[in-house]
Amino acid sequence: MQWGSLENFLEMGGYGFFVWSSYGMCVAIVVAELVMGRARRRRALAEVARESQLAAQRAVAAQGRS
Amino acid sequence: MNTVATRPASEGGGFSLFRYAAPHLFYPLAGKLVPLFAVLATVLAAIGLYMGFFVAPTDFQQGDSYRIIFIHVPTAWMAMFLYLVMAFWAAIGLAFNTRLSMIMAHSLAPTGALMAFIALWTGAFWGRPTWGTYWVWDARLTSTLILLFLYLGYIGLQAAIDDTRRADKASAVLALVGVVNVPIIYFSVQWWNTLHQGASVKPGGSTMATVMLTAMMIMVFAFWMYCIAIALYRARVLILEREKRAQWVAEMVAAGKA
Repeated sequence: MQWGSLENFLEMGGYGFFVWSSYGMCVAIVVAELVMGRARRRRALAEVARESQLAAQRAVAAQGRS
Repeated sequence: MNTVATRPASEGGGFSLFRYAAPHLFYPLAGKLVPLFAVLATVLAAIGLYMGFFVAPTDFQQGDSYRIIFIHVPTAWMAMFLYLVMAFWAAIGLAFNTRLSMIMAHSLAPTGALMAFIALWTGAFWGRPTWGTYWVWDARLTSTLILLFLYLGYIGLQAAIDDTRRADKASAVLALVGVVNVPIIYFSVQWWNTLHQGASVKPGGSTMATVMLTAMMIMVFAFWMYCIAIALYRARVLILEREKRAQWVAEMVAAGKA
């Protein structure tokens, strides 16, 4: 292992700030994209369920009128 | 607004590739592919990062700052590549009026924008130690910033028009017009005398050390697989959103198979 210690690894030969700012942003964006994607999917599924509920209610109401 | 009609025009023979152009057939297929590409992306990223940080040596000129390359180049390539794929689907959507093509184009845009942003961000943090500045109005940097704006414009235009079909068409035209920017980015380092270095990887050879190049290419494939996984995932969500009144969607969600 070329780093020897965790400190050396985090230090990145004096470029730690630049290297970890880059990787940090990359990880943050990927995580945010995954979390937001999952949230959007949940909303979409809830919306589908709501739509079919509304459709069922409309069907019942239409039957009641006829 | 009729979204109930889901009978695929492709059903009943014909070329089998078009079969999956029907959302109700594409949806479960994409559902199987997402975990596959996600696993590939994770494994490749683990190998690539290990090689990049623990196998590849310190660069004799740039020290360890060069290790930003393992995310900078893959994201920059993906930003350009995804734009071409997005424009391709937009063109198919315009030509054949296929809903799924428009969904694919729409689903690639946010990921493309994020890739362009990461490329610019990591470029800034690489530029500071190597050029002494976070930003210059260099041809490569400026054209990549325009790429980010094209993605954002595409997303904004899509969101600004309420009618989905019209939004699809308008944003597809914008996507196609913006394609001209991709070769400008690619050739910018040759056409203009810029601060950004020329390509160290090009058809017919590379000027990079083998370990560094291998690690970088593994990261390119990792990002590629990630982009496929997230684009298919988002395409599924878009199908749910757009077909929320379709019977097959209602039945699938009710059965817990979505």
